[in-house]
Amino acid sequence: MATPDALLVVIRHAPHSSNWLREGLDAALVAAAFGQPVHLLFMGQGIMALLKEQGSGAPGQKATLPIIDMLEMYDIDALWVSEEALQGLRIRQDLLVDGITPVPAQEIPMLFQQHAKILNF
Amino acid sequence: MWHSLSSMQKLLPGTNMSESKIYRYLDSQRKYPLDPEGYLVNQSEWSESVAKLMAEEEGLVLTAEHWEIIEVVRAFYQRYEMAPAMRPLVKATKNALGEEKGRSIYLMQLFPGSPAKRIARLAGLPKPTNCL
Repeated sequence: MATPDALLVVIRHAPHSSNWLREGLDAALVAAAFGQPVHLLFMGQGIMALLKEQGSGAPGQKATLPIIDMLEMYDIDALWVSEEALQGLRIRQDLLVDGITPVPAQEIPMLFQQHAKILNF
Repeated sequence: MWHSLSSMQKLLPGTNMSESKIYRYLDSQRKYPLDPEGYLVNQSEWSESVAKLMAEEEGLVLTAEHWEIIEVVRAFYQRYEMAPAMRPLVKATKNALGEEKGRSIYLMQLFPGSPAKRIARLAGLPKPTNCL
């Protein structure tokens, strides 16, 4: 977390119903491809993107889970998820992909404070 | 499965723009259509001989060192469904072939210019998404 110039990308939308998740992940990948440290925070319905068994959407639409798996290849390894969102949707952490750090509600404002650059999706 | 997916994409315009447009053909028998940037229109048509034809056009002779990188990129695509940009390409190469080869200098020497794009092209994959 000691990277002051890191970009925080906040994902708030579930896969499939809109393009928000893809756009957010794309923004994260582009930034990382240029060597920018990137942190990801999943909130609200966005946590569904992290489900281990998340499937693909409509025909012709690519799945997003492979992108989640690919993040480590872009050196994006800070994946945070809102604990409140997990509880709210009754999703246990063991249903999510590995390497996720749950963040309690009261610490989320601090995360926002620690980043000068924040993109919301 | 792959085939039905790509025919589906033709029915749904806009799902994959680079796939539908034929700009020219790789060979004189017009068997392998290419898009305006030289990527294969039908990924399923890729074979080693297609890669050799493409490389020949570019004046590149594919050696064992080239092939092992092409394999790394094809494996990357299989797993993540995207061709890697330079940074993940270096990392994937390092993971698969070791520290010595997993460096951008090495990849630049083998595939001068923009390695990530050239390798994706030769490997019969779509253009890397996050690559300029």
